[in-house]
Amino acid sequence: MRTLLAFAALLLALPAHAAVEILACEPEWSALATEIGGKLVNAESATTPQQDPHYIQARPSLISKVRRAKLVICTGADLEVGWLPLLLRQGGNAAVQPGQPGFLNAADFVELLEKPSSVDRSLGDVHPYGNPHIQMDPRNIAKVAAALADRLAMLDGANAATYKQRYEDFAQRWQAAVERWTTAVAPLKGKKIVTHHKGWVYLENWAGLVSVGNLEPKPGLPPSAAHLAELLDQLKGQQVSWIVRSTYEDAKASEWLGSRTMIPYVVLPHTVGSVPGADDLFKMFDVLVKTLLEAKS
Amino acid sequence: MRFHKRAALAAPLLIATSASALAQQVTGNAFNPAVSLILDGHFASYSQDPKTYRLPGFLLDPEGGLGAEGLSLDETELALSANVDDKYYGSMSLSIQQTSDGDTSVDLEEAYFETLALPKGLKVKAGKFFSEIGYLNPVHSHAWDFYDAPLAYVAMLNTQLSDTGVQLSWVVPTDLYMQIGGEWLRGDAFPAANGAESQGTGSATFFFHVGGDVGATSSWRAGVSYLKADANDRVSEFSNGTTSFTGTSDVAIADFVWKWAKNGNSRDRYYIVQAEYLRRKEDGDLATTPTAAPSVNGIYSGTQSGYYVQGVYQFYPRWRAGLRYDRLDASNTVSTPVPPPLVADHSPSRVTVMADFSNSEFSRMRLQFARDESLPKADNQVVFQYLMSLGAHGAHRF
Repeated sequence: MRTLLAFAALLLALPAHAAVEILACEPEWSALATEIGGKLVNAESATTPQQDPHYIQARPSLISKVRRAKLVICTGADLEVGWLPLLLRQGGNAAVQPGQPGFLNAADFVELLEKPSSVDRSLGDVHPYGNPHIQMDPRNIAKVAAALADRLAMLDGANAATYKQRYEDFAQRWQAAVERWTTAVAPLKGKKIVTHHKGWVYLENWAGLVSVGNLEPKPGLPPSAAHLAELLDQLKGQQVSWIVRSTYEDAKASEWLGSRTMIPYVVLPHTVGSVPGADDLFKMFDVLVKTLLEAKS
Repeated sequence: MRFHKRAALAAPLLIATSASALAQQVTGNAFNPAVSLILDGHFASYSQDPKTYRLPGFLLDPEGGLGAEGLSLDETELALSANVDDKYYGSMSLSIQQTSDGDTSVDLEEAYFETLALPKGLKVKAGKFFSEIGYLNPVHSHAWDFYDAPLAYVAMLNTQLSDTGVQLSWVVPTDLYMQIGGEWLRGDAFPAANGAESQGTGSATFFFHVGGDVGATSSWRAGVSYLKADANDRVSEFSNGTTSFTGTSDVAIADFVWKWAKNGNSRDRYYIVQAEYLRRKEDGDLATTPTAAPSVNGIYSGTQSGYYVQGVYQFYPRWRAGLRYDRLDASNTVSTPVPPPLVADHSPSRVTVMADFSNSEFSRMRLQFARDESLPKADNQVVFQYLMSLGAHGAHRF
């Protein structure tokens, strides 16, 4: 009888302990949700580190994830403009629509760089709200973490104290890590880099790197032979430290330019899980800093 | 507002001022709807006279058939859409076309609102919209992978079913994606006709979609749909007269699509395999009016089927190639004077190859060649098409 009662109590208790379903648009936000929510949340990412988050389709599996999510967290700033609005409409979930507590745009909590004064598609796939690749500045992660902790506490009030405590613990460790990384990259200040896509401006801003060119002729357009030849010409006589790309970008262009200029090309982690060892947010920046420092020597 | 109330409850925990940030995330040009414009035109060359084109065994809508020969515009689409408020989303698209006599006509392609905030995964859509039946039906023509629609769609749905009505759908809360829905339509759009004769409720549909992922590289969707339509005096033209059909037209569709991309990254390389099977049953009265002759009545009963299978391969960033096979079959019985279009003396088939280049997400140039054996004498069709998308970023439909 006692076991039966215990079993019944367990059954009744189950819904209250079911993890908060979180759908993140990119792996960095699902990793952040797991940092703050721990076992209280079940965070999944709509994209893998191998996928370009601009080019996702509102596919069936994502619709069913939106349908069941209690919180959808995305970068925003139009990074997901091609698929997220459609996904949210098709998911039939009122709780995760923009404007509801169940929807969070990370870009709303940080200062966006490269806000264009005018936008025109002849400039490529430019984002009118500013550059959306905000996760590359570790200080931005801290700002989004605060907003996310706040939101989780609101959505899952019963565990508000746990979220607060976990957030404070995370914020403390993150702050210490940011100080460590900032010290480590200090000698790199002023170094010139060439990047495949304009996906690293927040890294450049934080670490004091200077971008002197992109492999893409215009944001979103693949590198062309003509543009690369022009870039090669332009780089002559310049001391460039690295050619930077992310895992989902084709290696050919950076290898081509690297072999002709003797500039080392590196794959930097642009999100959690994108390169070996970048298993969580801390390790992602550890790997990033380590890669830059080692490629230098 | 619900959010503020909850925010107040959680106030001691507020770490960031999220309320102000929430207020800023309204997208689109302030409150203006998102505007998009599609420019679509082509050059076509046919080895047979396009005026003699028909699909044996099928009564087509007078507007059905091949695209104009030579240099021509296809539909220019102007679309506006926005959230109405926190509960509704609204959208309208106009199709502006040049008619053969040089005039311009404007068709209302879609004008609908849909709900955003119904509970339990329910959604209601009302107005004029592309029906959710099949895989290709709700896809706007500028997002097709070939210049033209499959023969089965041309023959049985007059390319695409867009009608006025109301749709109810439900996304099942399961890991596997499942959507069930139905539509109640006016019945003006082919294969229905003159819905007013059916008290403005001449068509109804049912659809069921299921789909998911296989690993990180593949995704798929399968579906079955059914359309029940009342045709009231549905007029078709043939080379020497017209017919009018009054009766029922029922269409069943099975569809399947499978997409693969290396690492799930569709930017560089991907495959799409897609197939649909349509089966239609028509029963009713047929009045035939040969040119300069009195009309004759008969009874028409038809069982028709058609399918297409197509594959599209993006072999290099921005470059794609595609192959499609189409086929139609009809078995019709018509009592007394048999009108020519219904004699199923030949089963239409077609093989199409295409290659396209998209400089960016917003433009596409396509060259397509088809060997169309809709009639016993094969027609070699060459089409060069351009598609330009201006304004609001289009949605990446699966």
